[in-house]
Amino acid sequence: MTELAQNLIDGLGRGSIYALLALGVAVVFGVMHLLNFAHGELITVGGYVALWTLGAGWSWYIVTPLIVLSAVLTSLAIERVAFSRVRGSSDFTLLLTSFGVHFVISAIFLLYVSASVKPFDRPSWVTNTYSIGPLNIEVYDTVVIAVTVLTLIGTTLLLQRTMFGLSLRAAAADFDTARLMGVRSDTVIRGAFALSGLLAGIAGVFWLMRAGSISPGAGITPMLKGVLAALIGGLGSLRGAVIGGLVLGLAEVLLRSRLPDSIASLTEGVVFLLIALLFIFRPQGLVTVKHAVRV
Amino acid sequence: MLEVEGLTARYGAIAALRGAALSVGSGEVVGLIGPNGAGKTTLLSSIAGLLTPAEGRITFEGQDITGRSPEQLLRSGVALVPEHRRIFADLTVEENLRIGGVTVPAAKRAELLDEMAERFVVLKEKWDVPAGYLSGGEAQQLAIGRALMSAPRLLMMDEPSLGLAPVLVDLVFELIGTLRDQGRTLLVVEQNASRMLEVSDRAYVLRSGEVVASGTGAELSQRDDLFDTFVGSVVAPGEDLPSAGAPAPDGTGGGAA
Repeated sequence: MTELAQNLIDGLGRGSIYALLALGVAVVFGVMHLLNFAHGELITVGGYVALWTLGAGWSWYIVTPLIVLSAVLTSLAIERVAFSRVRGSSDFTLLLTSFGVHFVISAIFLLYVSASVKPFDRPSWVTNTYSIGPLNIEVYDTVVIAVTVLTLIGTTLLLQRTMFGLSLRAAAADFDTARLMGVRSDTVIRGAFALSGLLAGIAGVFWLMRAGSISPGAGITPMLKGVLAALIGGLGSLRGAVIGGLVLGLAEVLLRSRLPDSIASLTEGVVFLLIALLFIFRPQGLVTVKHAVRV
Repeated sequence: MLEVEGLTARYGAIAALRGAALSVGSGEVVGLIGPNGAGKTTLLSSIAGLLTPAEGRITFEGQDITGRSPEQLLRSGVALVPEHRRIFADLTVEENLRIGGVTVPAAKRAELLDEMAERFVVLKEKWDVPAGYLSGGEAQQLAIGRALMSAPRLLMMDEPSLGLAPVLVDLVFELIGTLRDQGRTLLVVEQNASRMLEVSDRAYVLRSGEVVASGTGAELSQRDDLFDTFVGSVVAPGEDLPSAGAPAPDGTGGGAA
């Protein structure tokens, strides 16, 4: 029982980061029908910002907002430079464009920075733990879960209480009709990319704190986790993305602790197998979303 | 107020509109009638900015609005109630109305919300209910209310009675009549020609992408050639227009042809 509780806490910590990544993927998918495989590059850029600023002796307290800011600005730049030019194109074109952006950003760091993995200092508290009864809880997981909860509350308030949020939700449901109501497509799409960048930036801070290193290909894993979690939850559903992230995090931790040591390294493979099974029985993911019109 | 001249629109190689022309004066209710595939929705979509016409010119209050985006047009004072209502099912009734007022200042939006709550009592009762749970008639009222939230000077409606039960069709035409009595300017695409002619000041008849006739309901009702071809299913040639609420020839109470 103690082990299960321990796994649940660990899984929620991991799943919280996935939830933020998936939410960013879902926000953009909602308004553009773009499954953004370049989402992980926001973390790559943030990683190099961390590398350079920490290397210059700056503290994590200053670096943290810089990582988030770099993710937001990168997200907006990617929209402006690449995705705004293929708006309204087929899903396949959008997908290829996102792959293109992913490879271009990776190549830039590969060519002009370094191909090797570059380490940087992690905050000292990341590995600290505290105990509640028999449970041994990481400070890191506690902070991740708390920040994720606060971020989700903030995102919910933004989506529910502001005209921008309402416009975003309307555009995600039916973009053409939202435009008929006067919702500006530029504003809502750029806003979606900014929000997506913000969420990726927050997730990225925790991802990088844990990793303690960066390389040109570092964005692939968080991108895959975000996309997978969004798919599990039901692509385009914001609520589903959060659920999908938490489910993926919990599944990974529970499987890793339950599988025999000899096949523990196959955890990710087993997770993929379970996801494949989910899609056989629920191809739409955990939450069903209706999309009227694609942009 | 609205002038459409020589409008041509194509879907690939197929011309859906061929030099269509119409005008709508301030305070007028103008119907656009015709059979399926006549180009009615294409014409309305072109005016609303959802389609870019290949040729022709659209002016609104003296300004050329040809090719403007829907959001620009709405800000110019032209709103559209789209075909099949297209309400946002996951948004509440109140949110649907609020998004309709996205272009107006917050204080004005609040005023308009109160006005809609007063006008559409049935919607007020379901203010916080997701719009996907509304009946067809309620959803149509919501779609019209949502468009009115932008305080448009020209309100266009695309097939507002489509798919509604006869009693709800009556409700929709009553609403159009009320809007007419309030001096609103309306351009309404409708297949239910007889009912549309009852509530409109003038109407245009569209066939194969061309305007083939125009005039008042009384004038058009005398055009046996038109009714023989496509309006005859609702009103027989030479027959007087039915009075409001009278059953249609198919016994549906005047439902959509």
